[in-house]
Amino acid sequence: MSVSEALPLALAHVGEALIPELVVISGKGGTGKTSVVASFAVLAGGAVLADCDVDAADLHLVLAPQIERREVFISGHEAVVRPDDCEGCGDCLDVCRFDALATRDGSSLPEVDPIACEGCGVCVHVCPLKAIDFVPRVCGEWFVSSTRCGPMVHARLGIAAENSGKLVSTVRAEARRVAAQSGRGLILIDGPPGIGCPVISATTGAAGVLLVTEPSVSGEHDVGRALALTRHFDIPAAVCVNRWDLCPEVTERIEDSAREHGAEIAGRIRYDPSVTTAQINGRTVVELGGPAADDIRRLWEHVNGWLTASFHQADP
Amino acid sequence: MIVAIASGKGGTGKTTLAVNLALSMRRPVQLLDCDVEAPNVHLFLHPEVVGSEPAGILVPKVDGERCTLCGDCGELCQYNAIAILSNGLLVFKELCHGCGGCARVCPEDAIREELRPIGVVEHGRAGDVEVVTGRLNVGEALAPPLIRAVRARASRDRVVLIDAPPGTSCSMIAAIHGSDLVVLVTEPTPFGLNDLALAVEAVRALRLPFGVVINRAGSGDRRVHDYCTAEGLDLLAELPDDRRVAESYARGHVLVEDLHHTRPMFEALARRIEDRLARDRRAANPRDVACVRV
Repeated sequence: MSVSEALPLALAHVGEALIPELVVISGKGGTGKTSVVASFAVLAGGAVLADCDVDAADLHLVLAPQIERREVFISGHEAVVRPDDCEGCGDCLDVCRFDALATRDGSSLPEVDPIACEGCGVCVHVCPLKAIDFVPRVCGEWFVSSTRCGPMVHARLGIAAENSGKLVSTVRAEARRVAAQSGRGLILIDGPPGIGCPVISATTGAAGVLLVTEPSVSGEHDVGRALALTRHFDIPAAVCVNRWDLCPEVTERIEDSAREHGAEIAGRIRYDPSVTTAQINGRTVVELGGPAADDIRRLWEHVNGWLTASFHQADP
Repeated sequence: MIVAIASGKGGTGKTTLAVNLALSMRRPVQLLDCDVEAPNVHLFLHPEVVGSEPAGILVPKVDGERCTLCGDCGELCQYNAIAILSNGLLVFKELCHGCGGCARVCPEDAIREELRPIGVVEHGRAGDVEVVTGRLNVGEALAPPLIRAVRARASRDRVVLIDAPPGTSCSMIAAIHGSDLVVLVTEPTPFGLNDLALAVEAVRALRLPFGVVINRAGSGDRRVHDYCTAEGLDLLAELPDDRRVAESYARGHVLVEDLHHTRPMFEALARRIEDRLARDRRAANPRDVACVRV
């Protein structure tokens, strides 16, 4: 039974739209997450897609979304000094812990560095003349689009902006809404690298996480940390080693260690230059075909079955 | 002198570049691993760790005897880290950004601050290279305070190389902020180009001098080159696509030691970077003509 077939059963039991999300992450960047997600989008045939790598989004380069809805992402505030009302007492300079306020060129009037400002509001509070405004901060944009593989929710974080985790949560929430509205049974999420704020926002509460890694000491180290994260938040995890034949012995080590930590071994993908060729031509690897495409098809079969099983286990 | 190695896209070769540059510079180097979510420098240099200390965020600790539940602290907190309940304050330490506002506004002086560790900063040595590594604890969301703690250890008398985290968000900014030069590493693919353009926007917003290194040159197309030409970017080096390099890297080897044909490439890049730093410095201080060495 596929995930989408399993869904009505789950719905009947919980009485609300609980749509499984598969999140692809890696720990280390550049291991092939986006190429795998784009191919899965083709193979799943009708999932909702979400690009949660909001500060370096790439899925749109392959899936060529037609933007249908565009929203400004506003999150938190930033301090703005009104120079006409400021007398340069310097109280704000003393209290800012983020070095976001400074005076320039012999002037005693402070200026806010919007990139350093964390939006804590302490300067606004201490200013004796109330000469600092606290304005809502535009941190980026998000989009609902259509692609040849289904609807897609994606975003663009403002340059050097804060709150990437909140933008990730916004994208995920919108993807769930689109899925519920259109009756789609799976959400495929392209996750960010690392293990910090945006990764936590992209993965908590998901039905499953697929970790795509590479057979290098860095890939091994970072997938270990990503697996520790999925255990920490109790999310079922599966592992795939991409370009596994570049270093078979590290591939074995990664899989052995993943198995020991209770992760599913979902498959391997061969090193194949057609992965880059597909990207250059704006196509997915499975649309172009080749050895890696065959591996990704097998990977998808395995992941789909595994996700369905773990989704049932979680919501019997 | 601080040189940050950064990239929009992950996996373009930041760590490889940082490690091999560290062994190719003329002057003593300190290498700061600021990719605290996925620190990898130590896997290649195996520094002997000589010290380790926790780093974190100053979070509020409330004295229940003094607190009158007035709510001023909760009202000020922008991160929803303080909830006022009928029988006391509830502090969500993991949401706190450490701004210190709550302690400042408390009229009863009932809030002290204590360090909540979010990771560790390790000091080590690998031959002549001083290595400082930040390692975020698993489950922690906020990396920038730890990155700032690593940056605070920057040496004054060595060339400081920074291995930055990927992306263009607050973590990357915290790592490269205030550098004398940012080296943006990319690969000649559409993803590499897209993320390079984002990184260029970020370093321009920070007004930092920067240059570009194209890694795995020859593996993709020419669009990254065309972009660099059109934007007039300083192309510092092209490192050719080489399966031997990928395999050596995979096993954790240092390229300039394992594959001798790569040494001249990294030395040439190190000279380019040294020359660029000297040139930028001369441009900033025209009278300081004697200062040509970096």
